[in-house]
Amino acid sequence: MSMVFAPCLTETTAPTTHAQPAWSPYDNNGGTCVAIAGEDYCVIAADTRMSTGFSILIRNYSKIHQITEKSVLASSGFQADIRALQKNLDARHQIYQHQHNKQMSCPAMAQLLSNTLYYKRFFPYYAFNVLGGLDNEGRGCVYSYDAVGSYERSGYSSQGTGMQLIMPVLDNQLKSASPLVLPLQKSTTPLSEFEAVDLVKDTFASAAERDIYTGDAVEIVIINREGVRRELMDLKRD
Amino acid sequence: MTKTTIDLPPKGGFSFDLCRRNAFLESQGTKMPKFRKTGTTIVGLIFKDGVILGADTRATEGEIVCDKNCEKIHYLAPNISCCGAGTAADTENVTDMVSSQLELHRYATGRDSRVVTALTMLKSHLFGYQGAVSAALVLGGVDVTGPHLHAVYPHGSTDTLPFATMGSGSLAAMAMFESRFKEGMTREEGIEVVCAAICAGIFNDLGSGSNVDLCVITKGGKEYLRNYQQPNPRSYTHSKGYHFTSGHTAILSSKIRALRNQVRVVEGDAMEEE
Repeated sequence: MSMVFAPCLTETTAPTTHAQPAWSPYDNNGGTCVAIAGEDYCVIAADTRMSTGFSILIRNYSKIHQITEKSVLASSGFQADIRALQKNLDARHQIYQHQHNKQMSCPAMAQLLSNTLYYKRFFPYYAFNVLGGLDNEGRGCVYSYDAVGSYERSGYSSQGTGMQLIMPVLDNQLKSASPLVLPLQKSTTPLSEFEAVDLVKDTFASAAERDIYTGDAVEIVIINREGVRRELMDLKRD
Repeated sequence: MTKTTIDLPPKGGFSFDLCRRNAFLESQGTKMPKFRKTGTTIVGLIFKDGVILGADTRATEGEIVCDKNCEKIHYLAPNISCCGAGTAADTENVTDMVSSQLELHRYATGRDSRVVTALTMLKSHLFGYQGAVSAALVLGGVDVTGPHLHAVYPHGSTDTLPFATMGSGSLAAMAMFESRFKEGMTREEGIEVVCAAICAGIFNDLGSGSNVDLCVITKGGKEYLRNYQQPNPRSYTHSKGYHFTSGHTAILSSKIRALRNQVRVVEGDAMEEE
């Protein structure tokens, strides 16, 4: 007697939808970060508003963290995760300094950050990072990341809630020409340091007009061969 | 016996036929279009001579500001105004509709409109739609029976109050009212308290912002003070202008077609100007 497997009359069941989770480990504290790389400088800026839902928590919270002498990290997203990430990188940098008797270079820190983020691939840091600094030749470099560590070196970048408002303006003002136009142009900005800072201030003022999570003030950090300099500019507080 | 179906004319009012289709589309993954909400702060208070209404001027679509200077204080009658929070289309349409109904009512009765009339028209309309019309209103005016202020909720309930706040910034505004309100304030005191309440919403609530609009209604008349306060000027403008060098957008190919062959120029007179 052969076994005959009768084809099951499959009932089309409605796809089960995930019940809405009652609690989320993440929160978005908002904010925008921008970085622009030049021939011999790098400008990193972030607004200083920390918010949750429709409320403002802090009007003067710094999202910028200097990890090494030559690299500065700006992050928007979930500030608790970002704080933990910054401490993690600081600790790793300290160990590197003990072992190699020198500071980490910006490209090395960029790789370390990518690995640190990917390490938590299945419970990510809710952090949208932009790393800026000077590379080994003293030229400005900007690296931008997604939440799990995919990164790319570029001439400029923006992340955060105001990213979609700022990025097109940067693309227009900084990209030398479309990549379809030959011969290919190089990626560092043709602007002077003063012009780059001016552009950053104007784009943040514009983003603060239209993004509710961006405002209060913008902290601008400029790294060049003389060292690190900070500027603070007020933005709309509404 | 074959059944014959008769097509009845639609009875009018809201047709909920498409709700099931929308639910199906959403379950398939289609993204529903966003509503433009006025994440808002609106307030009203009664002072010695009448009513003062106040509102911010920011309209948001999610987290982006879509209108930096919209008008949230709507006209209902020469002696009645209404601030609206919630879905912008709903507040606009419901106040326009009640305003028209009130005008017809004035012609029918030969009298000035009363605030309670507007109130009843609004609440019965909103209740009929069972909360589908998402309009939260602060209704205020002065009629023959005196000054009145009401808060109207999207499901159709109302509150009659000496001071009221609605919208996402209502908590910030109410905090100011609860500490500063007193009965029988003068016009200047009332305006100051209303401005303080709206500013509290503007600066502490992310859904509200930009400028303060006021409307002062007394027995003598209505005064609409548009952009009474503008506490949020743009913080920085580029020192030089922007220039757009050509080559940023690559022209991949271009084709020029002369229209001369297809357009015939015919003699004639110029169009008459009205």
